[in-house]
Amino acid sequence: MSNWEPLDDFKHAQIVLVGQPNCGKSTLFNEVAGYRSVTSNFPGVTVTYTRSHVRFQNHIHDVVDLPGIYSLTCLDQADRESLRYLLTQRVDVIVNVMDASLISRSLELTLQLLELEIPMVLCLNMIDEAERKGIEIDTEKLSGILGIPVVTTVASRGRGVNELFREALKIARSRMKGRHIRGHRDVELVIGRLKRQLGQELGDETPYSRHLLATKLLERDKFFEEEIRKIRPQLLDLVSDCRRRLAKSHGRSSDEVISSERHALSMSIFEKVSIIKEPQTHWRDRIDDILMHNLWGYVILAAFLFLFFNVIFKVGSLLEAPLMDFFNGVTQSIQDKLGSESLLSVIVTGAFQGIGGGIAIVLPYLFPFLFGLALLEDVGYLPRVAFLMDAFMHRIGLHGKAVIPGILGYGCNVPAVMATRIMESPRDRFIAALIAAMVPCAARMTIIFGLVGYYLGGNAALGIYILNMIVIALSGALMSRLLPEVTPGMVLEIPVYQAPRLKITLMKTWLRLKDFIVIAWPLLIIGSCILGLAEAFKLSDLINGILSPITVFLGLPFETGMTLIFGVLRKELSMLMLFQALGTNELQTVMTKAQILVFTVFVVFYIPCVATIGVLYKQIRAKATAIIVGFTFVIALILGVITRGIAALIW
Amino acid sequence: MTDRMTLDRVENTTKVRVVEIHGGWGVRNRLNRMGIHPGDLVLVKRSGIMSGPILIQVHGMDVALGRGLAGKVIVSEITE
Repeated sequence: MSNWEPLDDFKHAQIVLVGQPNCGKSTLFNEVAGYRSVTSNFPGVTVTYTRSHVRFQNHIHDVVDLPGIYSLTCLDQADRESLRYLLTQRVDVIVNVMDASLISRSLELTLQLLELEIPMVLCLNMIDEAERKGIEIDTEKLSGILGIPVVTTVASRGRGVNELFREALKIARSRMKGRHIRGHRDVELVIGRLKRQLGQELGDETPYSRHLLATKLLERDKFFEEEIRKIRPQLLDLVSDCRRRLAKSHGRSSDEVISSERHALSMSIFEKVSIIKEPQTHWRDRIDDILMHNLWGYVILAAFLFLFFNVIFKVGSLLEAPLMDFFNGVTQSIQDKLGSESLLSVIVTGAFQGIGGGIAIVLPYLFPFLFGLALLEDVGYLPRVAFLMDAFMHRIGLHGKAVIPGILGYGCNVPAVMATRIMESPRDRFIAALIAAMVPCAARMTIIFGLVGYYLGGNAALGIYILNMIVIALSGALMSRLLPEVTPGMVLEIPVYQAPRLKITLMKTWLRLKDFIVIAWPLLIIGSCILGLAEAFKLSDLINGILSPITVFLGLPFETGMTLIFGVLRKELSMLMLFQALGTNELQTVMTKAQILVFTVFVVFYIPCVATIGVLYKQIRAKATAIIVGFTFVIALILGVITRGIAALIW
Repeated sequence: MTDRMTLDRVENTTKVRVVEIHGGWGVRNRLNRMGIHPGDLVLVKRSGIMSGPILIQVHGMDVALGRGLAGKVIVSEITE
């Protein structure tokens, strides 16, 4: 807090956006940030935040968008990292973004942020929503009470944004901090006493505001308890003592006292500054009567998913063929120019096949998928999906939120595994990650349709999807049986439906696409090069030999061994290499229908691709990743053999 | 008091007042951060099928609560 020097010439301010989820903070960020924004990792974890350079008043400043947090009390990783950022990094001004129609709840965060003693500005976003609900806010009065400027905005329309940042920079320059809002005397007395004693004991040791520290410790906040335990464990006795005293005088535990205080303060401020008039009714309010209906909600969801996947498949396959032809053509001319035997030719060909594979095979499906998903997200449908699916997710020992990584997995497992950070406990995160890795991604989709769909018909392809879902459900149920833990119940905000803005949705899609491009694609390219080299050096026989136990077990042709190895690098490689390894595009001449089926089933289920393994390792650590890898491999073997048996009976 | 019950037992479109939250620090915290505290008015909008979650409205916003959690919230009916 006090470790940065004041800037006289105000260049390069660090402006940090903080707010509760669904307040339109990211829309605000995207409004000013543009395509130049970067997703950064908090050091050591996979929780990310975004930052961007923004030009204001002829200077370049940094705007940082932290993950949405409901409170400074941490329940999951994202909370912890956001808090840590605010406590340890240089923050010149906090822009507290708030949904103006939810002031009473949102103020609870604001009051905590004020205790950080960092210069701050309040942004009342979605002011049009508030008006629609009949809420009229006296911003001057609110500003007076909190001691900070209040600016109203409609970020999705760009209204008020310039004024907001102008105020933010003014505050950053003047370093003016807001007020500590005082509650009831008796509670403030206890906080004050603890605060003084902490001040005496700790001196300048910790950078946190003593008021914040005292309040949080009385609130039994685990994060701050840990911090104190690390530097002065003996202080914890003092803290317990104060907690007991507070609890005794109020007849409830100290955390209830503090949070009720804060709640009462927020409500009272809200009542002082707003007038509620008649709300306008909107057809949006009626939509949920159908979309969350106990019968129609599910019918619509199913119809929707059906439509979604069909559109993606149509778009994807339309683009795939011409793009593939293009890349094959390029590869051919490279080979003509460089000769097909030279090392250089092999490597360059490999690289191009990797690049081509990404552009022609994965992107045509991945892009429409991510876009569609971002659209659903921006409209606000995803929480409704979580609501509808919660009952079923419970059978697998998770709750509704886990359906979101699952859905993401159908596009690419990499962002799906990253999304498991929304699960609060490590056990939930593990099961959600397992599910995310087992869901067939766009690459696997191309194999299912390209092999089974093409040679055995559309129904067989659908059959594989259904089988996959059953296996995932059973695996999830098995895991939750083996890892018993009471899943904390779901608490999920259901936001109002919004009209999505194309620019924002595209930007969101782009950021997710970057995950694939930066992580997966290079691996695809490298993998192709390695494959080319392996062939050039005639390693294929060796590798096939090593893998023959598996291929024989599954009744597959000897040459498929190599393709399975490379399927680990990128899933669709196994299909591409199949053509190459068997020497023909007409697979039905070298493989029986049964073999095609077995091959596809095995490839769909066996271990995740390297990129996914990489993010799994980052999210859930080595041991859990190894379990997932081993588990999926065994499942794939078992299913492969069963498929072989059943196919032998039919054909 | 005879008019007390848990939130998961409340019928749709009924307004109730939160009396108490039966749970430890974790449960209280997760409900508090949504703005749900003892004394607050809550409208039960709908309940999901097969012991699915409950949709409530509190302080002007909709929140979906898992049924287990809802069972830990003691509420009382609003008497006119």
